[in-house]
Amino acid sequence: MNCEDVIHDLSDFIDGDLDGALKQELESHLKDCEDCRLVVDQTKKTIEVFCDSEPVELPGEVRARLHDALRRKFKEAAH
Amino acid sequence: MVSPLSFLSTPNPHRLASKVAREDEHQLVAAAKSGDVTAFEELVNRYERKIFRLTMNITRNREDAEDAMQDAFLKSFSHLKTFQGDSRFYTWLVRIAANEALMRLRKRRPNQFSLDEPIEGDDDLMPRELQDWGPGPEQRFAQTEMREILSGVIDELEPEYRTVFVLRDIEELSTEETADAIGVSVPAVKSRLLRARLKLRQKLDRYFKRGETN
Repeated sequence: MNCEDVIHDLSDFIDGDLDGALKQELESHLKDCEDCRLVVDQTKKTIEVFCDSEPVELPGEVRARLHDALRRKFKEAAH
Repeated sequence: MVSPLSFLSTPNPHRLASKVAREDEHQLVAAAKSGDVTAFEELVNRYERKIFRLTMNITRNREDAEDAMQDAFLKSFSHLKTFQGDSRFYTWLVRIAANEALMRLRKRRPNQFSLDEPIEGDDDLMPRELQDWGPGPEQRFAQTEMREILSGVIDELEPEYRTVFVLRDIEELSTEETADAIGVSVPAVKSRLLRARLKLRQKLDRYFKRGETN
């Protein structure tokens, strides 16, 4: 396995979707290739910082419009 | 177009729905399907922020994001009886909201955006000039600054990559669910997700590599 193969299989490796033999080959390459280790670690970190971003509060006026529209919809459905 | 900075915030380790929350969701959906509108409102209260983040992340336009979010909830209410429960309600809702957001994105950028367009080969994916980020690079930034960075880099990503990244990595849909939601093949989702992740890594590199902090 070379560096291009690692990039090709990067997502499957990170997601744990790589089959056993391929996973071992990739891990073996990572032991000897600092650049690929950096790519793997930094790509994981990239996903992590986005995944951990929590949505802030919905602006009050946006929420009010949404719930007004819902209540109109509930009334329509009731008739 | 307003700044989307307020729609991403700093890391929170408690984001994943617990099993209890999922079971509770199932009960709320069952009640809503039998006509209990307060149960449906509870579902809206639970997910409105996340759905707004989703529509904002896809459209990158405040007005479109609001409209897409509102229509997603109204449509999910109208079609609730067709929800079979073979996925989580939230996953079903995300698919509706993603479609609403994509429809508005296509209208606003008819010549710039197509989820169906062919994507490039794998020949230019190799990252170059790699530098160590060190441990916890995001901790070197203040909360507001980190929020601006994340918003800025995702805004720079092309819509076809951004949409796949948002659905797969932020909303945690499966590859198959993502493919189904946006109407492309599973290999296309995988290819775009890889490109999205690598492009975002490259963009964050500007901020995270050692010696580049404020």
